[in-house]
Amino acid sequence: MTLIEEEGLQLTQVQTLEGHTDRVWGLAWKPATGTAGTPAMLVSCGGDKTVRIWKQRSTSSTSFDCLEVLEEIHTRTVRSCAWSPSGEKLATASFDATTAILEQNGNEFECVSTLEGHENEVKSVSWNASGSLLATCSRDKCVWIWEVLPGNEFDCVSVLQGHTQDVKMVQWHPTVDVLFSCSYDNTIKVWAEDGDSDDWRCVQTLGESNSGHSSTVWAMSFNATGDKMVTCSDDVTIKVWGVDIARLQSGDTSASWGHLCTLSGYHDRTIFSVHWSREGIIATGAADDAICLFIESEDHSVDGPKYKLLLKKEKAHDMDINSVRWSPTENRLLASASDDGTIKIWKLASMH
Amino acid sequence: MTLGLINANPIVREKKERINRAEAADHDAIDPLDIYDILNLISIDLVHIVRDIRDPEHPYSLEQLSVLSEDSITVDHNLARILITFTPTIQHCSMATVIGLCLRIKLKDCFPPHFKLDIKVAPGSHADEEAVNKQLNDKERIVAAMENPNLRQLVEEFDGSRS
Repeated sequence: MTLIEEEGLQLTQVQTLEGHTDRVWGLAWKPATGTAGTPAMLVSCGGDKTVRIWKQRSTSSTSFDCLEVLEEIHTRTVRSCAWSPSGEKLATASFDATTAILEQNGNEFECVSTLEGHENEVKSVSWNASGSLLATCSRDKCVWIWEVLPGNEFDCVSVLQGHTQDVKMVQWHPTVDVLFSCSYDNTIKVWAEDGDSDDWRCVQTLGESNSGHSSTVWAMSFNATGDKMVTCSDDVTIKVWGVDIARLQSGDTSASWGHLCTLSGYHDRTIFSVHWSREGIIATGAADDAICLFIESEDHSVDGPKYKLLLKKEKAHDMDINSVRWSPTENRLLASASDDGTIKIWKLASMH
Repeated sequence: MTLGLINANPIVREKKERINRAEAADHDAIDPLDIYDILNLISIDLVHIVRDIRDPEHPYSLEQLSVLSEDSITVDHNLARILITFTPTIQHCSMATVIGLCLRIKLKDCFPPHFKLDIKVAPGSHADEEAVNKQLNDKERIVAAMENPNLRQLVEEFDGSRS
């Protein structure tokens, strides 16, 4: 992990990507792009029912072009999108109650499978680390786990019920097959496979009584090693949680997550998105149109890690920010998506 | 969707006479130096717009039913925020979320897009105040509701200007 020089860092806008005709909800950088020899690729989706693919003109360029607009995949808002870890497949979740699986064929993307089962709006989709499992969640309060089979077959292996309201997001742990979901019911739930019964069950619920959130939990993200998780909420706070990673990786999936700290006073409206970069920078995007960046502070206290504001970009967009995503490579690029219909590409760099 | 009248005999107030402020409709012409006047102007203008939305259950305007008054609209120009608190006609009004949705849709194009709109029921005016307020301001659920043809139709039916 590189040392983050904290002085004189600046978030500079590189480009505004225009094309969506309604709010942009979701973003995902394609894995293994943006490295030497491979131009970065980004997918976005939104209220205009489209999925758009954006590609860096060349590895040395800061310009992105719209490669393709996919209009026929969904009939309602496309709420979120996620690449499989290999980048071979793209999953899109829509308010039309379906999740679509797309594959790239040359320069064309085609829908190879449509996952049906949720009663209403699908809000989020996530692949596990190996790409063998997919999770989806919906306003129907359920989380579904799908097994990825050869020939683009997807088998539902479990329907997880436990949330009492709308499930906003699902996210797999980056190294262990443990699933996390967050909800309008203010809680985060941790799901793991039961060794005996072969079924999935809720192993932990992080609610207000565990120093959790007091309103809708909108999103979550993990640090690179997977021993910490960050969550953001309508209660305008950001919370960091920790686990004994050695216990978790030794197969004890019930290793419990504990509250480490709460960051408050940085945003004053709903925080919709949070993303932890591989080098340790937490980015947040909120309904106050601002982006904040946080890093772990050097001065550790006995109470655990502390995080401090690295910088705040006010008026990063003209309207609510729905998603912030760091590029998976070392180039310190951040993408943000907004109700204003644009995606912005930012570069974190020293002023000098 | 069939709707029975939940409150069949509401208290109806006189419709207030009002100065025609049609010239205030152009928000782009706002002079930032005259904040107080603008605030009044916009508040009146907003009441002007929303008071014609009909209460879903009654043929009276929301103002006549005391669901809305000029006091229920607060505009913060510095922060570009608008807060509307409305009073459902009865404590258990099941239509509160639909009234709130009507207000939001009706107001959507009435001020610059960067304004933030919060819609709430007046404190103490609804048995499920917290739950109603939460739902009224979850934008994902608002979007989903407006993509639902039945709900969309319901909202448009209650919007006086479109009937």
